[in-house]
Formats: sequence, C-alpha cells, structure tokens
Amino acid sequence: MSLLLALFLISIVLLFAIGIYSLLVTTNLIRILVSIEILTKGVTLLMIAAGYATGKMIEAEAYVITIIVIEVVLLAIATGIVLGVYRDNGEIYTRGIKNLKG
Amino acid sequence: MNLTILLILLIGLVVSAVVCAMLSDLLKAAIALAITSAILSVIMFILGAPLAAVFELSVCAGMITVVFISACSMNRNRTKEEHAQRQKERNKRFIMLPAILFALTAILVMILRPYINDIAPALNTTGGGNVQMALWGDRQVDLLGQIVIILTGVYGVIVFFKEKEADSK
Repeated sequence: MSLLLALFLISIVLLFAIGIYSLLVTTNLIRILVSIEILTKGVTLLMIAAGYATGKMIEAEAYVITIIVIEVVLLAIATGIVLGVYRDNGEIYTRGIKNLKG
Repeated sequence: MNLTILLILLIGLVVSAVVCAMLSDLLKAAIALAITSAILSVIMFILGAPLAAVFELSVCAGMITVVFISACSMNRNRTKEEHAQRQKERNKRFIMLPAILFALTAILVMILRPYINDIAPALNTTGGGNVQMALWGDRQVDLLGQIVIILTGVYGVIVFFKEKEADSK
C-alpha cells in the first residue's frame, strides 16, 4: 500500500465519521441533508481512490458521475419534502414534527 | 510535489467538512459544503478524472449550494441572541467530534503503518480520454437508469411545487 492511498483511506474514514456524527446529533432537517452530503463526499472520494489504486480511473469516473446524478436528485426531492414538512408544521426540527405520532 | 499538494487538499477537505458540520448558521454551512466540493473536484482533477471533477464543481459546488441557500431563505430569520444560543448548543453537541476524529486518525495510522511500503505510485494524469466510451458504450443500462432517476426527481419537484400552489389558493 502506498502512503498516498493510506492518506486517502484516513480522509475517507474521517469524512464518514463527521457525516455519521453530524447525522446522530442534529435535529434540523436541512442539516440532516448537509450530513448526507458529507457522507456522499466520502463515497465519491472512495470511488476516486479505488480507481487510482486499481488503475481503472475511467470506470471510477463514470461511477462518480452516476453518484453525482443520484445525489442531486436525492437532494432535490429531500429539499422538497423538508419544505413540505415546514409548510405543514411550521417547524424544521425533528422534535417538533409530531403529526404522525397519533 | 503532488503528494504534498494532495496532503494539503485532503486536510482542507476534512477541515471544511468539520466546519460545515459545526457551524450553526445554515448559510455558512452551505458555503463550507461548497468549499468541500470544490476541494474534492481539485483532488479529482489531480488524480486524472477531469470529467468527474467538472461535474462535481458545477453540480455539487454550484447547484446544490443554490438549493440549500434557497431552502435556508424560506426559514425565518433568527435574532442575534437566538443565533448565539444555537451556536452554544451546537458547540456542546459537537464537543466530542474533534476527539473522535483525532482518535480515529491515530488508530488508522497505527493499523496502516506496517503496510505502507511505497510513497505514491505514478499519477495517471492522462485524463478522461475514453470516459465517453465507458459511459455510452459499456454502461448504457446505467445511463438509462440515470435518465429515469432524473425524471423521477423532476416529477418529485413538480409534485411539491403543485402542492405549494394548491396551499396558496
């Protein structure tokens, strides 16, 4: 294993840790989307590092483009859902969304 | 030379992600996320993935930031006192994060150290010569899937905006 690959691996693990920690402690719905974005950055970096390590950068590039497309669609729909929740409840924090609790 | 630049960029990537997670102001967090995307796109470009880098820069650093900022603008504005209170609460919640990141880095360095036998293999900077072939030739089914996903996204956005119009009536 090369030093560069080890650095990539450490960065990927740190990005995942930041994203998961942020997902666990946050209650703001938009912030949850930001945390998912950070996790996606980790996945993108993982794909690029894997392409670099195996020498198949072109395939990795094609996969990264797919990831970005899915990321954008996920974000567009999730933002719409968050805005819908905000319109219905006047609240963007998960603690305040109680309509389905019965 | 490349290794030093990449090391600086990777540190910048992690630091901007931490800043993005810790800031209580959503607008500043969105800007920090855009900086993270921009740094990631530079890393991709250095590693020889220019097409993916352009996608990352234009879509993730550009469009997603605009979506976040427009979503932030629909929330009510906070007073300075509320803002300071939120930042305090957030700092309390994130107090463990630097310690966790430091511990993770130390553990990974200890685990990976015996396996490192090379500094860096030669970078493939020839660029995306055959990305078009990979996308349009080898992965046509995936492209079809992407088109379906994009149309699903468009449909979702249209449904939500229609609902908004109905509410306003």
